[in-house]
Amino acid sequence: MSIFVNKDTKVITQGITGATGLFHTKQALEYGTKVVGGVTPGKGGTEVEGVPVFNTVREAVAATGANASVIYVPPAFAADSIMEAVDAELDLVVCITEGIPVLDMVKVKRYMEGKKTRLIGPNCPGVITPGECKIGIMPGYIHQPGHVGIVSRSGTLTYEAVHQLSTRGIGQSTAVGIGGDPVNGTDFIDCLRAFEADPETKAVVMIGEIGGTAEEEAAEWIKANMTKPVVGFIGGQTAPPGKRMGHAGAIISGGKGTAAEKIATLKRCGVTVAPTPSVIGETLVNVLKERGLLDACTTGK
Amino acid sequence: MIDHGLEDPGMNVHEYQGKQILKKYGVVVPNGHVAFSPEEAVEAAERLGGDLWVVKAQIHAGGRGKAGGVKLARSLDEVKAHATELIGKKLVTHQTGPEGKEVKRLLIEEGLPIEKEYYVGVVIDRSTHRVVMMASEEGGTEIEEVAEKNPEKIFKEVIDPAVGMMPFQATRLAYSINIPKDKIKQAVKFMLALYQAFVENDCSLAEINPLITTTDGRVMALDAKLNFDSNALFRHKDILEMRDLDEEDPKEIEASKYDLSYIALDGNIGCMVNGAGLAMATMDIIKHVGGEPANFLDVGGGATEDKVREAFKIILSDPNVKGIFVNIFGGIMKCDVIANGVVGAAKQIGLDRPLVVRLEGTNVELGKKILNESGLDIVAADSMEDGAKKIVELVK
Repeated sequence: MSIFVNKDTKVITQGITGATGLFHTKQALEYGTKVVGGVTPGKGGTEVEGVPVFNTVREAVAATGANASVIYVPPAFAADSIMEAVDAELDLVVCITEGIPVLDMVKVKRYMEGKKTRLIGPNCPGVITPGECKIGIMPGYIHQPGHVGIVSRSGTLTYEAVHQLSTRGIGQSTAVGIGGDPVNGTDFIDCLRAFEADPETKAVVMIGEIGGTAEEEAAEWIKANMTKPVVGFIGGQTAPPGKRMGHAGAIISGGKGTAAEKIATLKRCGVTVAPTPSVIGETLVNVLKERGLLDACTTGK
Repeated sequence: MIDHGLEDPGMNVHEYQGKQILKKYGVVVPNGHVAFSPEEAVEAAERLGGDLWVVKAQIHAGGRGKAGGVKLARSLDEVKAHATELIGKKLVTHQTGPEGKEVKRLLIEEGLPIEKEYYVGVVIDRSTHRVVMMASEEGGTEIEEVAEKNPEKIFKEVIDPAVGMMPFQATRLAYSINIPKDKIKQAVKFMLALYQAFVENDCSLAEINPLITTTDGRVMALDAKLNFDSNALFRHKDILEMRDLDEEDPKEIEASKYDLSYIALDGNIGCMVNGAGLAMATMDIIKHVGGEPANFLDVGGGATEDKVREAFKIILSDPNVKGIFVNIFGGIMKCDVIANGVVGAAKQIGLDRPLVVRLEGTNVELGKKILNESGLDIVAADSMEDGAKKIVELVK
């Protein structure tokens, strides 16, 4: 088991004929993801990498039975692409695109109200259930199938955490990058709730960063609802206030959104926080040992 | 609690530019002109007429009033005297840092008979994922301060993007902050126009502090601060033209040309990392092992050799940098590309400071081989902590 994606997930790539879309579609196919189609308006009827291309998402879904999509279209058109996928009633839309205007995302969120689709991202690495389905830009080979769920606002820092787990023989059930934008689809709590409900996930690593209050809200949710152990890390402990640290959402403004505040709340809510990014794996191992879960979670090596 | 939302410092404009934008939407602002010299200041005052003017320093920082950057003038001679004093002056406010900011432009405005000051702000609220307008009776002070001392005095309206701000919402805000009855209609019009200006220009922040009522019956924006979503500037060429490079760090400008995300800091260890989260974490670990990062630098996911070389040059152009730490976790970004970029840059510019490189991820072996065979004095690290310790030791 896993969350959001598994071996039966059928994916279409929106923007499949662009350089990025094409590259990552190849990578996903190599990984074993069921990429059943692609969408690029005007290129319908052609084929790339043995995958049929359609003009619209609706057409692609009707022809292939896809239930998920991944978006690699440029930022100016990405909001429209998300809404097209939502309109076609896909279960899951993963938007990798970075740099979407935030007011476009405000409209997307409004449009999605009452609809069935889950959005992951934008500005995220995607989601992977190791050994089954990779949707996004993460390097597949660093992952191993297993029982630890990962949820993160960052891309490469997630790879760092996954790497620290895999080298210790600890596999992952699903790793979700929710993205660094202030207005996004899936949040920490959505993922934590899914991990809590997933019988195969035995523990969770949650990686946050400065800006906003999503980590604090997640911490309160964990305290109230989570039975599985959670290990946390917050990036940006040394970030200066008022400066946007790369991600649109990573900024300390008006004295709010500091790492210190987030770490204190996480600890108060029972989350074990790794003091530095290089000991995320070690911290998890210690927690698993304490909870008698280390053997069950050691799936690799 | 005030979530100041998305205070994106990516694109800032001067007060007079912000007011020009707002005016187009029907937000009432005082009459005024920009001036780049004392002569132009006097000319502006003459054009405005009247017998009271305000001379306002134009820098991208708040707190100008307290720092002596806003002065009243009762004659053209006073206008000239204030302008002469302010132009070229380094203004130090709580937002400029101790080095201050040099005043190069002034806004000359008509003086107004102020009745009362209010606050109106528009932000994008992360928790509701909507645009929110906030208003308060406590104008003139910073909203964070009001939020702390009198949170009950801040009123908010969450705006549905499908229909935009509705008149009833503006009316409710105007009554909540006790705008005098005879000026409610004007205040409503003001707020609706402000919302329109915000969404049509992709603002990330619009702050009117203070909004004033005057004894002769007007409602207007005495000050205006607009910030713009840098991700949306591609559709606002007119706003992009207002960018004042004098207000930005030259290294940050250089970095933005190459689409690098760079922020100058006070330390002496230059950092080059891929990915914003890992870049922040790298700064954290340097500090944790006793060092001080000189910058935040994210070369991004799809960096080319050229981009890596430019990033390297920018880091080395900072005289405070005593050593460099490259921390890369290759995903899409292949380690051999990074290695070639680093070696190319080091050979081209000449590597006169210690360099520690930690590579992990896609094509890591190939990347390490390129570094080893480069003949350069590069210290390899096995993990980010190992790398941080090594560079901190080397810059001592």
